[in-house]
Amino acid sequence: MARQEAKKDVVIVGLGWTGAIMGIELAQEGLEIVALERGHDQNTVPNFQYPNMIDELKYGVRLKMMQKPSQQTVTVRRNEGETALPYRSLGSFLPGNGVGGAGTHWNGLNWRPQAEEMRLRSYIAENWGEQIIPEDMTIGDYPVTYDELEPFFARFERVAGISGTAGNIKGELREGGNPFEGWRSEDYPMPAMPSTWDGVKFAEAAKAAGYHPFPSPGGIASRAYVNEYGMQMGPCNHCGFCERYGCFQYSKSSPQTAILDRLKQYPNFSYRTESEVLRVEMAADGKTATGVTYFDEKAGEEVFQPADIVILATYQLNNVHLMLLSGIGQPYDARTGEGVTGKNYGYQMNGGVTMFFKDEHFNPFIGTGANGFCIDDFGMNNIDYGAEGFIGGAYWRSGQTNGQPIRSMPLPSGTPTWGAGWKRAVGEWYGHAMSIGAHGSCMSYATNHLDLDPTYTDRHGRPLMRMTFNWNANDIRQTQFMKSKMEPLAQSMNPDLMQSSFKKEGAQYDVRPYQTTHNTGGHIMSATPDTGAVNRYSQAWDKHNVFALGAGNFVQNTQYNPTGLVGGLAYWTAHAIRTQYLSNPRPLV
Amino acid sequence: MKMKILGGAVAVAAIGAGIWAWTTLDTSRNAVADDTVRLADFTSTDAKAVKRGEYVMRAADCSACHTKGNGEFAGGYEMPTPFGTLVSSNITTDVDSGIGAMTERDFFDAVRHGQGSKGLLYPAMPYTAYAKLTDQDMHDLWAFMSTVEPVAHKIDETAGMPFPFNIRLAMLGWDMLFFQNKGFEATASDEVLKRGEYLVEGAGHCSACHTPRNALGAEIASQHLEGSRVGAWFAPEITGNAHLGLGASGADEVAAYLGTGTDGKAMATGPMAEAVEHSLQYLTEDDRLAMAAYLKSLPGSGATAPEPMTGLERGALAYEVNCSACHGTAGEGMGLLAPAFAGNHGILADDVTNLAHVMLKGARAAATDVTPTSAGMPSFAWKMDDRQIADVLDYIRNSWGNAAAPVRAEDIGALRGELDAGAPLR
Repeated sequence: MARQEAKKDVVIVGLGWTGAIMGIELAQEGLEIVALERGHDQNTVPNFQYPNMIDELKYGVRLKMMQKPSQQTVTVRRNEGETALPYRSLGSFLPGNGVGGAGTHWNGLNWRPQAEEMRLRSYIAENWGEQIIPEDMTIGDYPVTYDELEPFFARFERVAGISGTAGNIKGELREGGNPFEGWRSEDYPMPAMPSTWDGVKFAEAAKAAGYHPFPSPGGIASRAYVNEYGMQMGPCNHCGFCERYGCFQYSKSSPQTAILDRLKQYPNFSYRTESEVLRVEMAADGKTATGVTYFDEKAGEEVFQPADIVILATYQLNNVHLMLLSGIGQPYDARTGEGVTGKNYGYQMNGGVTMFFKDEHFNPFIGTGANGFCIDDFGMNNIDYGAEGFIGGAYWRSGQTNGQPIRSMPLPSGTPTWGAGWKRAVGEWYGHAMSIGAHGSCMSYATNHLDLDPTYTDRHGRPLMRMTFNWNANDIRQTQFMKSKMEPLAQSMNPDLMQSSFKKEGAQYDVRPYQTTHNTGGHIMSATPDTGAVNRYSQAWDKHNVFALGAGNFVQNTQYNPTGLVGGLAYWTAHAIRTQYLSNPRPLV
Repeated sequence: MKMKILGGAVAVAAIGAGIWAWTTLDTSRNAVADDTVRLADFTSTDAKAVKRGEYVMRAADCSACHTKGNGEFAGGYEMPTPFGTLVSSNITTDVDSGIGAMTERDFFDAVRHGQGSKGLLYPAMPYTAYAKLTDQDMHDLWAFMSTVEPVAHKIDETAGMPFPFNIRLAMLGWDMLFFQNKGFEATASDEVLKRGEYLVEGAGHCSACHTPRNALGAEIASQHLEGSRVGAWFAPEITGNAHLGLGASGADEVAAYLGTGTDGKAMATGPMAEAVEHSLQYLTEDDRLAMAAYLKSLPGSGATAPEPMTGLERGALAYEVNCSACHGTAGEGMGLLAPAFAGNHGILADDVTNLAHVMLKGARAAATDVTPTSAGMPSFAWKMDDRQIADVLDYIRNSWGNAAAPVRAEDIGALRGELDAGAPLR
C-alpha cells in the first residue's frame, strides 16, 4: 500500500519550463499546487555559481546536468525489422535532469514557428496540392493558429527575457530583422546581443549574396532586465558556458532566472525533488485521473499524490512514456496507423560547413549559445516544395557558442585524433575556424513513433519506451539542398580550407554522436480525438483533467529550435485552464 | 550561592540608587493595558487592530529574531554578543514555553521596559527603542500577538551566557545606566520627519546596529547612527553625511533601498538584507520615505572625502578580470542585480568589513516581493589572497569619483580567519 499525501488541486509532473509556467500561472488562481521533480533541486546559487559551473569535464563531457540512463532511458531502433536496444550512454540527445530541466542547460536559441508551419498540410494543399505529400508522411495542421498563439509567444518572450531584432511588427517589415518571420505584436523585450566576428563575417557574405541576415534571437540577456514576475536578469558576459551548463551570471533564460524564485514565494505552491512519477492513476470510470503515484527516492517508497488536475510537464519523451504507461490515449500502432499516443515522433535534420582561415582570429572563447547572425532565406516558407522535390526548410546560423578545449576544437578532416599530428593541428588551427549551420526541419512519418518496449524494463519494473526512428529521403533531400546553397556561400568567403557535413542519401540514424535535443511529438495536438492525443488546449482527449505540455504537442517539428513554441503553448494552455476549465471542469473541445 | 550574593549585591546597589532606580523601573504608564486576561485566553476579533498590529510587528521586525525554524515566533535565533550567546524567546501564545501566560500589562512591561516573565530582559531585545512605541501601537501589537498560533518549544535564553552575564538582575544596573525610560518625543516639528523619527528610533530600532556601543554594550549617543561593526559585518553611517551617509542620495533612493534592498546602486546583504526581507519591505512607501527624510536630516559624523589613492594598476587589472562582468567596466553595476560602485557611498567607510566579507564568503541580495531573484555573489577566497583583495577594494573605493582610505591586507586576513574562509589555491 503506497503512502498517501494530502490531496492537492493540481499536481505538476516535472519542474522545467512548462512546469514552472503552469505552476506560477495556476498559483495566481490560489490553487493548492505541488510539483514533483524526478531530479535534484538546483538554483543559480549555489549550484551554478562561479567557478564551480565552469567545468567542461564535469558538465560538458560527463553530463552531470543530464538525465541518468540508469534511472530513465529509452530503447532505440531504426525500423521495425530491428530489435531496439537501450540508450545506455547519452549521445544523440540530452534530456535534462533536476529542477529547471532542459530549460536550464539549453543554448538559449528562442524562435517562434512560422505561421505556415502551424498549418503545414493546408499550406501545401493550397500551393501545390496534397498529392505532393508522400504517402507515409503524416504531417498535419496544428489545431491552433499562429495568430491565436501570437500573444502567448510574446508573453513567453517577455517572461524569458529574449534578445533580438524584430523583422515584422504587425505586418510592417523592419530593417535588420527577419523579413520572413511571423508577425509580432511588439518588438523583442531586449535588443539583440552583439555578435562575434564569425557571425559578422557570415552576415556580410550573406548580404553580398542577396540574402537577409539578422541577429539570432536568444534567451540571453543583452542588458539588465526585470520581467513581469520581478525576476531579474543581468547582461551576458559571453563566457560561452551555455549549453550543458547552468548560467552563473543570471543571463540565460531558464526557469531559475525567469520564474522559480517568485514561484517559491507562493504559500500555495510547493515542490518535492527526487520524486519520480511512475504513473497517472485513473478514476473507476476511466474518464478522469485521480492523481499520480511517484517514487520518493529519499524514503525509498511509492507515494500516491491525489489531485484534481494532473499536468504532465516532463521532457517530451518522459511525457509520452507516462501516457503510454497510464493508458492516456490509445497507443499508436505503426502497422495500422491507428491510435494516437506515440504518434508523429519528430526530430531535426541539421547540416553545416566549417571553414578554416589562416589569417583570421575568431577568439572562440568569446561566445554565447545564441550568438551570431542567421538567415531564413531557405526557410519553410521560402522553398518551392513542388519544384525542389521535398517538403521542408532550414534556417542558417553562424556564431560560435564556446571555445571549450575538449569538445570545441574544429580541425581539418584527416587530422590525427591524438599525438604529435593532432597537437600540431591544434596549434595551427585553434581560433581560426568558423562554421555555418543549417537547422532544418524533419517531417512526421507513419514509421517514426514511440511505444512501450516488449523486453526492457526500468528499476521500477516499468517497460522502457521504445523509439523507432530513421532518416527519411524527403529530409535528406532538404539537407542536400541546403548543402548546394551553403557551399557556394562559404566559398565566397575564401577560406583556406573548408569541409561540409550533411547527411547523404541512405544515411541511417546514429544514436551515438550528439545531434540535437529537439525530440518532438508523441502526444500531438489534434482537431479530432482519433488523430492526436490532446486537443488544442493540450488537454488529453480521453481524460479531461490531464494536460500534457511541451514539444510532445508538436504535430510535426518546425525548422526551428522548439522552446519558443513550447513556451507559447504553455501560456496558451494556462490561459485556457484559468479562463475556461477551472470554473467548469470538462473537455474543452 | 555565589550567584545569589552577586545578584543581591546588584539589588542592594539598586536600592541605594534610590529614586534613580525607581525611575528606571517605573512602568506606571503601562497601566493603560489590561492586567487580567492572559494572552492564551484571548484572541482579538478586532480585524483592523490585528492588521495594524501586524504592521507594528513588521516595523519592529519581531519575526526576524523570534522565528528560527521552530515555527513562527517560536524563538531559537542565536545572537552572539561580546558577553556570550543569547537565544531569542518563544513569543507564541503557548502558555508553558511562550508568552501565553502574560497579560497585556505584562506584555507592555516586557516590550517597552525590558521586564519579562523570567526577569529582566537583555538589551539584545531592543526595548530601549521599543520604549518609544505609543500605547495605540502596543494595543494593536497585543491584538496581533493574540492571533499567533501557540507553539510548544522551550527556550533557555541564557544557556549560552557565561557567569556572571547569565544573571538577569544584573541588567538592572545596566538599565539604570543606559535605559531612557520615556515614551516618544519628536525632535522635529515637521509631520513627515516626526513619523520618520518615530519609526527609525522606535519600532525600527536602527540604532541597535548602526550606532557604536561602549564597553558595556550601550549605544554611544554622541555617535548616533554613525556606523558600527556588528559581528562580521559593518552597519554603515546612515545620517545625512554626504561622504559616508545618505546625504548624496535622494529620499526616494533611500526608500527604494529600504523596500527592495537596492536603489540600483547600493545593495543590502547580510543582516541588512534580513531587515529588508522581514521588515522594511512590508512598510508603506510613505513610511519608508519618512524614515529616509528623517535619516537624511541628521547631521552625522562630519566625515569628508580624502584625496583619492593613485597607482592602483594591480587592483584595476584584478577588477577587470574578476569583477567587471557583473559590476561593469565603469563600476556601473547590473541594474537591480549587482551593485554599482561608482557613486556608492556605502563602500567608502574606513571599516571595510562588508566588502571583505562578501569577497571572502560571497553574498546574497535580499529576496523581496519586488526583487525575488535574491542574486548571489560568489566567494573569491579560493582565488585571491589578502593583498589581492585589498588591491581590488582600493581600486573600487578610489575610482569613478570615489575616494577612501587604503585597505590593510592584515584586516582582510583577520576576517578571513574569523570567517573561516580558507586560503587561496596555490
